[in-house]
Amino acid sequence: MASAHIAGVGMTEFGEFPERTGRDLFGEAGGTAIEDAGIDREEIDALYVGNFMGELSENQGHMGPLMAKAVGIDAPATRIESACASGGMAVRQAVKDVRNGEADVVLVGGVERMHNMGTTGATGGLSVAADDLWEIRQGITFPGAYALMAQRYFAVHGGDREDLAHVAVKNHANAANNPLAQYQTEISVEKVLDAPPVALPMGLFDSSPITDGAAATVLVSEAYAEEHGLETPVAITGTGQGTDNLALAERDSMVWTPATEDAGRRAYEDAGISKDDVDFLEVHDCFTIAEVLAIEGLGFYEEGEGITAAREGETAADGELPVNLSGGLKAKGHPVGATGVAQISEMTKLFRGDHVNSDAVEDAEVGLTHNAGGTVASAVVHVLEVAE
Amino acid sequence: MSDDEISNDGYDQALDAIENGEPYALECPEGHQSMPPRQVCPECGASDLEEVEIPLSGELLSYNVTYVPTPDFGDDVPFVLGVAEFDDVRLTGRVQADAEDVEVGSAVEVGLGESETTGRPLVTFDLA
Repeated sequence: MASAHIAGVGMTEFGEFPERTGRDLFGEAGGTAIEDAGIDREEIDALYVGNFMGELSENQGHMGPLMAKAVGIDAPATRIESACASGGMAVRQAVKDVRNGEADVVLVGGVERMHNMGTTGATGGLSVAADDLWEIRQGITFPGAYALMAQRYFAVHGGDREDLAHVAVKNHANAANNPLAQYQTEISVEKVLDAPPVALPMGLFDSSPITDGAAATVLVSEAYAEEHGLETPVAITGTGQGTDNLALAERDSMVWTPATEDAGRRAYEDAGISKDDVDFLEVHDCFTIAEVLAIEGLGFYEEGEGITAAREGETAADGELPVNLSGGLKAKGHPVGATGVAQISEMTKLFRGDHVNSDAVEDAEVGLTHNAGGTVASAVVHVLEVAE
Repeated sequence: MSDDEISNDGYDQALDAIENGEPYALECPEGHQSMPPRQVCPECGASDLEEVEIPLSGELLSYNVTYVPTPDFGDDVPFVLGVAEFDDVRLTGRVQADAEDVEVGSAVEVGLGESETTGRPLVTFDLA
């Protein structure tokens, strides 16, 4: 099937900017992507914007038209919401539009404003990605939900908090020189283990931070790129999505994520590749245990064996399969609706050679992004390849 | 439950049943069990669902110790939250015990309690 070529990418600095509105953040990221693509704004045929909780954080719904004007366009504009997978789902809609001929040029982005809600407010806002009746009313939080998954993983497969701490240490190391990352500091295993508890066994440094930020990407058809002489060194060649029971307790297993497995399998098939072709990954490490479940669900590790990957250095920048060279959600930051688009932006720069960690994947040809919503009730996977 | 709370058909009755010591799930002809409210079985789509008793006692599959709460649980922290299995359904609820006394595999009994912050009802698990 036709590929959606990546003509340009943009991202705000990720971090603590409680005074910045969603429209301000998105305007910056979208503008950067359009400039990076070197296209005229009038050429954009459609806009998709991922956002999770604008209604709760800044009393703002209906972000399609708002964000269109934030970047100065009047193309058909739609907001996509799938909790923390909103950004990746927006990318998926954009890829479909380009592939089916609906559009030649699509701007896709994501945005989230979170710090203005405070820690408890943001915890409450994020919790609405769970089941209201049987989870939220029982006091579940997202750190708490992933803590349930981690505790179950330890009981079923073994492993401990120290194994998981290595995931955080690795991702902080990857973000240390990333100028857009929220945490540009290396940390130690001891620091992770001694951090304040959030929902044990998840401590503060097992958790991705509360983040304000936006990201955007310009996708074009191959024909449009050729006709207009655009440089598009990277293309999205596969997309896949998976769905599971919303409530964690309704799943057959608390330590296996069928939505990730389905999204991965569909994306591999769509791109005509196998997992063995993949050189590096950006996965949804909202909590340290989430990275473990992702690399297992995507088929890179057998169930129960992914927990040692970071400790053994296999997923480090100089390992066999680098995971989250951007710093991941853990250290780059996790403005939830923007995350899935930020993964595309960062991976594109890693391929192009203009990312601080590009040297780690100099000869790479295939990369994979994995974005999850809730306790992986939603998952979306994209395959990115060096365009021929 | 406060008087001004909007009711939730199916859910409220299921909580009442838990409070009365007679918890139930919905079961389809294939034997798939799920918690209400349901129009169809989430596993197979069958629409003829029957209420079937589930045991009061179950097994704790996992738990956490929550320190950073949502606004509705600000006065409740820290608390232990768990997932427990009762026949073929699993529930999320408050484990009414100190964390050091809890382990994966603990036997628990389901009941009904309330949030210390809002007074709203919630599912509870007592160590058996």
